Amino acid sequence: MPSHGDGCRFMDSMKIGVLALQGAVAEHVAVLRAIGVEPVEVRLPAHLDGVDGLIIPGGESTTMRRLIERWGLRQPIIDLAARGAPLFGTCAGMIVLAREIVGDEAPILPLLDITVERNAFGRQLDSFEAELAVPVLGGTPVHAVFIRAPIVDRVGPDVDVMARLEDGRVVAVRQRNVIATAFHPELAGETRFHRLVATMAAEHADPGEGVGRRPHPTRRGQQGR
Amino acid sequence: MTETSTWATKKGLAQMLKGGVIMDVVTPEQAKIAEEAGAVAVMALERVPADIRAAGGVARMSDPAIIVGIMEAVTIPVMAKARIGHFVEAQVLEALGVDYIDESEVLTPADETNHIDKHAFKVPFVCGCRNLGEALRRINEGAAMMRTKGEAGTGNIVEAVRQLRDVLAEIRRLQGMRQDELFVAAKELQAPYELVRDVAANGRLPVVNFVAGGIATPAAAALGMQLGAEGVFVGSGIFKSEDPARMANAIVQATTHYQDPKIIAEVSKGLGAPMRGLAMEAIPEQERLAVRGW
Repeated sequence: MPSHGDGCRFMDSMKIGVLALQGAVAEHVAVLRAIGVEPVEVRLPAHLDGVDGLIIPGGESTTMRRLIERWGLRQPIIDLAARGAPLFGTCAGMIVLAREIVGDEAPILPLLDITVERNAFGRQLDSFEAELAVPVLGGTPVHAVFIRAPIVDRVGPDVDVMARLEDGRVVAVRQRNVIATAFHPELAGETRFHRLVATMAAEHADPGEGVGRRPHPTRRGQQGR
Repeated sequence: MTETSTWATKKGLAQMLKGGVIMDVVTPEQAKIAEEAGAVAVMALERVPADIRAAGGVARMSDPAIIVGIMEAVTIPVMAKARIGHFVEAQVLEALGVDYIDESEVLTPADETNHIDKHAFKVPFVCGCRNLGEALRRINEGAAMMRTKGEAGTGNIVEAVRQLRDVLAEIRRLQGMRQDELFVAAKELQAPYELVRDVAANGRLPVVNFVAGGIATPAAAALGMQLGAEGVFVGSGIFKSEDPARMANAIVQATTHYQDPKIIAEVSKGLGAPMRGLAMEAIPEQERLAVRGW
């Protein structure tokens, strides 16, 4: 099915991008496939054409910063978010999306009103796994893998906290269409975050009657959104 | 409820390094150049492999002061090398808090029979391999990441290509086997049956696999990636080249865009001289590094 849609899109025609500059790209691609969403690896701005959402994977945020700048991806991703498409960042992806980074580093894609601290738990020896309650995903806890993980130090007024560690520190947040986790749901067979992103993408792709520009009722098959 | 240094976190850090370039550095200044160029991690060393090869003698773990200096200089993960079988060097590196240990054939082996029991450590290990059997023996010992050995310090990718092809061809061969043939395959590979069965079922190693040994140009990095490596180690290839910052950056770009020859061409322009290379025929058998490890 063409990506411009017909106002009645199903999960199996939806495309979600995975920023594939570096990092745990294949893991997110596998989760998307498992829930019936078509993944698109995004290395250049043109690869964003027709995607209904974008995942920014774990990896090294310093590397992603260089590559986002070098290949002109900054503004196209900001534009995608401004159109209401969901963005989901895990670990380094959370750092990429944060408005403020502790230590005066310039933000990369300042789309989430949080302050994030890199390597907040220490070095690799402090990486850990934990069972984490994420109430919006239901009663079953998320098995969360934290690898040289960041932490959210400050949460802006429009940001919802999705999960905290037992000591109260914030590790998952949502601001409208932007979600970020300090941990890696994609490493532990967890699909609920990706399902949430896919649902948000479906709503974005098909806002329903009375929302936004309406296609002509007799020409829905031919017209864009 | 929380558990540190689990198999998922050890193996997981390597998964985060995929699609990236890990660079050998010998000073904090070089580490900063590497980080600035987009390296996903650095390997902290006293000498790069080309210099180790030139110096001869016994090559050991680096001075901890050098490793700590590099750890303090950058925010990306820092790896360091221990000699094959030298578990006390590994203990020292773990005590320093390095993020990954490379049990490396580039250093002079400390044990001609045994490798380090890597399960006994909280820090994860990467090991070199020339073929699938060697890779699975290292994984059985606890390695959470693999790389080819190549022939380090040569700027010659021929050995890494051979080894990468060997590993991946062996995996494809296992995939085509009947269940009842995997027992003999395990015997022939001299590898545990459980790991052989896992590889046959999944069509890949159970850990991340990088190309290493002899990479000195952006095209060489992309060659490794196109053959099926999941990331790239560059040893002497960066800081033995004419313009290390540009070479480092170009190899990073070529690793991300390894399927795009136009981009590889663009980033390869005007990089200055790469490191001077060595033909395999010029290296006497007893000076070859890849044959170390068993």
